[in-house]
Amino acid sequence: MEKELKYVDMVDQPIAMHPKKFALWLFLVTIVMIFAGLTSAYIVRQSEGNWLEYDLPTIFWYTSGIVILSSIFLQYSYASAKKDNFTGLRAGLGLALLFGIAFLVGQWYSWVALVDANVFFVGNPSGSFLYVFTGLHAVHLISGVIFLIIVLISTFRYKVHSKSLDTLEMAITFWHFLAALWLYLFMFLLLNH
Amino acid sequence: MSTASVANHDAAQEHEHHDNFVTKYIFSQDHKMIAKQYLVTGMFWALLGGFLSILFRLQLGFPEMDMSFLRPILGGWIDESGALDPTFYLALVTMHGTIMVFFVLTAGLSGTFSNFLIPLQIGARDMASGFMNMLSYWLFFLSGVIMFISLFLKTGPAAGGWVVYPPLSALEQAIPGSGLGMTLWLIAMTLFIASSLMGGINYITTVINLRTKGMSFSKLPLTIWAFFLTAVIGLLSFPVLFAAALLLVFDRSFGTSFYLSDIYIGGEALPNTGGSPVLYQHLFWFLGHPEVYIVLLPALGITSEVISTNSRKPIFGYKAMIISLLGITVLSFVVWAHHMFVSGLNPFLGSIFMFLTLIIAIPSAVKVFNYLTTLWRGNLIFTPAMLFSIGLVSFFISGGLTGIFLGNSAIDIQLHDTYFVVAHFHLVMGAASFFGMVAGIYHWFPKMFGRMMDAKLGYIHFWLTFVGVYLVFFPMHYIGIAGFPRRYYSWTNFEFANMYTDLNMFVSVAAIITFAAQFIFLFNFFYSMYRGRKATLNPWRSNTLEWTTPLHPGHGNWPGEIPTIYRWPYDYSKPGAEEDFIPQTVPLSATPESNLPHEQELVQAELDIMKEEEDVLVSNETIH
Repeated sequence: MEKELKYVDMVDQPIAMHPKKFALWLFLVTIVMIFAGLTSAYIVRQSEGNWLEYDLPTIFWYTSGIVILSSIFLQYSYASAKKDNFTGLRAGLGLALLFGIAFLVGQWYSWVALVDANVFFVGNPSGSFLYVFTGLHAVHLISGVIFLIIVLISTFRYKVHSKSLDTLEMAITFWHFLAALWLYLFMFLLLNH
Repeated sequence: MSTASVANHDAAQEHEHHDNFVTKYIFSQDHKMIAKQYLVTGMFWALLGGFLSILFRLQLGFPEMDMSFLRPILGGWIDESGALDPTFYLALVTMHGTIMVFFVLTAGLSGTFSNFLIPLQIGARDMASGFMNMLSYWLFFLSGVIMFISLFLKTGPAAGGWVVYPPLSALEQAIPGSGLGMTLWLIAMTLFIASSLMGGINYITTVINLRTKGMSFSKLPLTIWAFFLTAVIGLLSFPVLFAAALLLVFDRSFGTSFYLSDIYIGGEALPNTGGSPVLYQHLFWFLGHPEVYIVLLPALGITSEVISTNSRKPIFGYKAMIISLLGITVLSFVVWAHHMFVSGLNPFLGSIFMFLTLIIAIPSAVKVFNYLTTLWRGNLIFTPAMLFSIGLVSFFISGGLTGIFLGNSAIDIQLHDTYFVVAHFHLVMGAASFFGMVAGIYHWFPKMFGRMMDAKLGYIHFWLTFVGVYLVFFPMHYIGIAGFPRRYYSWTNFEFANMYTDLNMFVSVAAIITFAAQFIFLFNFFYSMYRGRKATLNPWRSNTLEWTTPLHPGHGNWPGEIPTIYRWPYDYSKPGAEEDFIPQTVPLSATPESNLPHEQELVQAELDIMKEEEDVLVSNETIH
């Protein structure tokens, strides 16, 4: 009997990936393509000359650190969820959320720093591109924040635990992706400046 | 084996709740209903887009004509003397292009057949996410509503051509159409991109994750391969259009200078400096060229299926068909600058893009060759769907040949933006895709509505349309070689073009007849939906999985378990077989008389698997 049971389990298990997770990855591909398009446009435009040179706001170094920390907290919450440690799960999620919001505030201050340095959204495309990169990334990050809030609420209803991790895993994938996307953008700007 | 387990999707029973009118016909999450919604919406837009083309064909063919009789529809766009307003002419060509490319041949074609056929042909209960599928349709619908509203603005809809190049589209002062009409165009297109991406994500996820047992990628019908790769292309290219449109929105509404530089209007310089209009062209055509294949590939997939079924022969070169589809998919991303040979592109770069463009001729020729060799010595059955598919092959050849001319930068510089280009892409992409779509409707109508369309009306529709399309677009080659540019309101003012007035008149008359012929189809479509002859379960004696469903498949498609797949979909006229077709669900072990030597070897493995399945079934039942 036990042997047969095992067999049924195997058949029940979908061999392919969870469809919603897969769809999320495809969605990430579309975001990659948007930013690939924009950063390529940046390079093409830069090579044509008439390009305003300015220093990147130093606050980017701090926001990059914040976004990495936020990802680490989220990873901690995942580890806690796997062990059904709900305090750790909520604390990790909450801290990740808090750092995510801190990142957004930091990005806002980067804009303030840019304006102080007389680099405006309207003007030479060199500056405009920076606003578009950071702004569009922030828009995506806000959707990530909303996603995290939804997951956080569902943890209080005990809907996230070691046997039900899909939503949390998707949130984590999205959040790590957004962090990586920011690091890519920052690196891109450092290299092409 | 990378197929999803069937046991996992016992959705049929769960979903058998009673639908009310709203959940069944309006906010439906069933892929078949969403497909029909896409189809009917696409047909509406095709009619409208066709009607707009008739309006400007009247202007081009009969420039002296008194168009006052159109005043009830066009109102102020017909002036005192009964002539068409020149700015509205530009709006007409722009909207014709936008509607046909995006709303008809992208949403109407992919939306209809990807939605309808993917779950049915791969053996899935529904799309991966029914909700997202529904959202995709309604975003498309909303996008359509906004585009439709823009037609009735006082300043007219967008008028900068369907490519909406800046600076024309970026500056409200440039032409009336660059005002509110352009804003609505951008909003509508943003929604459209979101809709396409949701649809595409769903198609890819479904094809990869929800195939039934035995349905490996090497047993997929070519339709599914085509829809799958179309969705991949869309997923990679539409976001770039979004990026281009986003920067255009910033230029238009926030005063940035991504695309604008050193522009003088009425002698006064605009403040914008440092932008590059060519940047927009690069971003746009990075979508724009793949878009050609987004439009064409589904039609090619449908044609493969229809031609094979109605030739009663396996498709010639199944693997070659897949490889050429893959080749086209990859190449579609590296040829975009052939649209920009006259934009001041570096000639060296031009040669690279020319070379890459010409390589596309190879996979395309492979496909054409395979269609022809499938037809060769087949037991041809000329259903309307078959005729339209053969028509597609014809257009693909005649339009594809001129593509080789235009791909060469040396010739393109002469022919760029002339009617030669118009003739080329209308044949190879417009008419070919349209024919693929119509072939699909004739072929899968019995599955969609459980009734047959009238074949005689189908034949009349085919011949009028087929001959009509050639009569419309063939003469345009001459007009184009003579040097007449596209998008010009009138050419009687130019000495060199005067002598082509008759030819234009001819084209316009042919266009009107071709357009009128579509009403035969419309009548046939809606009449057959209610009064058509009742269809049999497998009217075309076809192999694919959708014909194993009930006549009116409910939500979940198959009443019992989803059938398992044992063979590829093209076992037509197999030597030794009793019938001239063997459906995919027939195991190899059931057809020892027709099995080929290598298939005979697979029989034992197949029997083993079937036995294991039975054991599982038994053990499942003892548990529950």
